[in-house]
Amino acid sequence: MKLTINGEPRDSAAPTLAALLEAEGLGTARVATALNGQFVAAGLRAQTALAPGDAVEIVAPMQGG
Amino acid sequence: MPVFYGTEVASPLMLGTAGYPSPAILAEAFALSGAGIATVSLRREAGHGLGGGQDFLRLVEGLGVRLLPNTAGCHTAREAITTAQMARELLGTDWIKLEVIGATDLLAPDVFALVEAAGELSAQGFKVFPYCTEDLSVCERLLRAGCEVLMPWGAPIGSGLGLAHPQGLRALRAGFAEVPLVVDAGIGLPSHAAAAMEMGFDAVLLNTAVAKAGDPAQMARAMALALEAGRAAHRADPIEPRQMAVPSTPVIGKAFLA
Repeated sequence: MKLTINGEPRDSAAPTLAALLEAEGLGTARVATALNGQFVAAGLRAQTALAPGDAVEIVAPMQGG
Repeated sequence: MPVFYGTEVASPLMLGTAGYPSPAILAEAFALSGAGIATVSLRREAGHGLGGGQDFLRLVEGLGVRLLPNTAGCHTAREAITTAQMARELLGTDWIKLEVIGATDLLAPDVFALVEAAGELSAQGFKVFPYCTEDLSVCERLLRAGCEVLMPWGAPIGSGLGLAHPQGLRALRAGFAEVPLVVDAGIGLPSHAAAAMEMGFDAVLLNTAVAKAGDPAQMARAMALALEAGRAAHRADPIEPRQMAVPSTPVIGKAFLA
């Protein structure tokens, strides 16, 4: 299905947000996630199903002022 | 030393982590600055070790300072709220530097969206550090929304102009004597930082002035010295300025030689 991951159009077969992170190589990384603009807590990723057209944001701490 | 939401921090210097020539220079600057708080942002992470966020996290968690995540670049209350929620989970802190940007050229706060987001985040248990203007009504509304600290800008972010509206900052200090106040943004020189502390501000948040200096570590040290001087000066109760001269040398006893 077609998703938007961090602003990039992508194809993915991942059924859940947790599966998507695993497929992205971020299964154990310290990241935070949002689905369609709403925060999804780490503990809810495995039960958060993805649907075609979903926009996923995956972020980590970076340089900031 | 400043107390934010019941927590005393080690220094009046709050230092940003962006724009340093290298991670090693960032670490050296923090060591010489004595800063008690480091600001960080949240940005998109790429998979398979390409994003750099994990390395950065190790670096800043090794600095031995408290982390203050920001919502930099957010233009709506909703964006800022979601960013704050992600930051709280990632960094294990309910402290959030709340930025909601209005005018892009000046990176000026959108004070209406700021008050809205501050209220919502406070209700969700966040301890909000709002990047705001020195407007008294806006600051009053931020306090009513639940903020227990205010962070008015000195000048636009990254400009290095110093304190563009000193009278407004003084009025804010006088108007909210019990509220921790931080000058956030616009500092270019140690003298700017010292001036804020002389006015009675509790802390200064800066980044570019150190990170983009020719020698960031030495500038970090200079900022720390200036903040200490300004803080000591405020506690020593400076004299009031006046327009005309007053002789400092006693007049009585001067020999009459005319």
